Amino acid sequence: MRYLCMVHMGPDTFSSLDEAGQRQLDRDSMAYDRELEAAGHFIAAEALQGPESGVMVKVRNGEISTTDGPFSETKEYLGGFILIEARDMNEAIRIAAGIPLAKLGAIEVRPLYSIPDPERP
Amino acid sequence: MTDLEAVWRAESGRVLATLIRLLGDFDRAEEALHDAFLAASEQWPKTGAPANPRAWLVSAGRFKAIDRIRRRARFGEIAREIAATEEEAWMPEDAEPIADDALRLIFTCCHPEIPADARIALTLREVAGLTTEEIAAAFLARTPAIAQRIVRGKNRIRELALPYEVPGSEQLAERLDAVLHVIYLIFNEGYSASHGEAAIRGELCAEAIRLCRQLVDLRPEPDALGLLALLLLQDARRAARVGPSGDIVLLAEQDRSLWDRAQIAEGTALVRRAFAHQPVAAYTIEAAIAAVHCAAGSANETDWTEIAALYDLLLRADPSPVVELNRAVAIAMRDGPEAGLRLIEALLERGELGRFRYAHSARADLLRRLGRSAEARAAYEAALQFTEQEAERRFIEGRIRGLAN
Repeated sequence: MRYLCMVHMGPDTFSSLDEAGQRQLDRDSMAYDRELEAAGHFIAAEALQGPESGVMVKVRNGEISTTDGPFSETKEYLGGFILIEARDMNEAIRIAAGIPLAKLGAIEVRPLYSIPDPERP
Repeated sequence: MTDLEAVWRAESGRVLATLIRLLGDFDRAEEALHDAFLAASEQWPKTGAPANPRAWLVSAGRFKAIDRIRRRARFGEIAREIAATEEEAWMPEDAEPIADDALRLIFTCCHPEIPADARIALTLREVAGLTTEEIAAAFLARTPAIAQRIVRGKNRIRELALPYEVPGSEQLAERLDAVLHVIYLIFNEGYSASHGEAAIRGELCAEAIRLCRQLVDLRPEPDALGLLALLLLQDARRAARVGPSGDIVLLAEQDRSLWDRAQIAEGTALVRRAFAHQPVAAYTIEAAIAAVHCAAGSANETDWTEIAALYDLLLRADPSPVVELNRAVAIAMRDGPEAGLRLIEALLERGELGRFRYAHSARADLLRRLGRSAEARAAYEAALQFTEQEAERRFIEGRIRGLAN
């Protein structure tokens, strides 16, 4: 089964680290991706730029409207994700617990949903 | 690939158990187990499966774990020297999988210090190799709830540093009881599902029997033999217990040609073996009762005198209101409905079984046989009030309709 591990971070998750610490975190994160690759768990992983760099897009009555960032009142934001293949939820949890950022932020683990074919009742 | 799935079901628990002993850590061992099966999926199609898959997987898992530690050391997560010492520590002479490893894992997963609901989930996942999702589906629970139970169970093992060991003889009886109880609960959840649509979830029954067999192979204690006999004899009647439309068929009305004769023979032989040891365990007595039922060619030929005597024995070994209820039913069969009814009504007056559906339906049944229809109807309705299981509801409703006049 495939699971999406979403890395949630707080406003000072990164700033709490000095430069050397941040570099080490990056190294560890990339090393963990390689490790998951070697174990056949890895499908994809990306980090995201900060929430201030994003735009929310909506279409209402045929008109595009845009607003800043996702939810300005919440401090937690999505910092990145790893898409993995795991045998079951508990294996996915073990893999998520190994993500270096789990020690600083929090990882949300969600199984992917396969959309049933809408043409078949 | 299906081959490897079969190997997983048969061996993952035992390989994991040995890896836990070698690596000293649940999560590392699981990681290594995964790596070992990954290696097998790449190599076996080319070279053919090894003669001893379990030993192959243990050795591959151990090798991969060492490899992983080396890689982590390279990336600076663990200092090199630590890796080097651990590596030496991980190369013990006795890396061969031994039967006791599997036994240790069962005892650890069913440790009394682990919350009861986590014991069942841990045993099914770590020993039987079921996935979190399969366990959740079998228990009609949400996957995140089961997943967290398993995580909490493992944390508990770590916090308390529960030893991976087979308890010494002074503790063995009590600890074995806990293991047998977990297996019994798994079977019961499959056999008489307490809620939901399907009356029987066969895969849980099969899993419980497999676990119990494994336990008996490792340690043929009389109580374990008794439980295995009980599970085999109950399960042998599974096909006859549910009608074509998913409705429950009572023992007396079952098509006995659907019973699994080979399984009955095996169970009956086990009862005899277990009965030779004193004191006779409650599971063994229950198995003996099941064996008497299975021996009867038709419901009318059932030896109720023998069954009532076994219930007397069971009441001494494991006194409970439910056993008293079953004994009352057996006595009703031996001496007639009035005798049974007196016992059940006395039992209901004591209050402990007031919310127990079978107490009301058993009373209703005896009233029906005595032709006291109005009272029978009221008793069936009382039973309905405490029944959440669909097939059982339909069964009782059918009985009420049968009373009509």
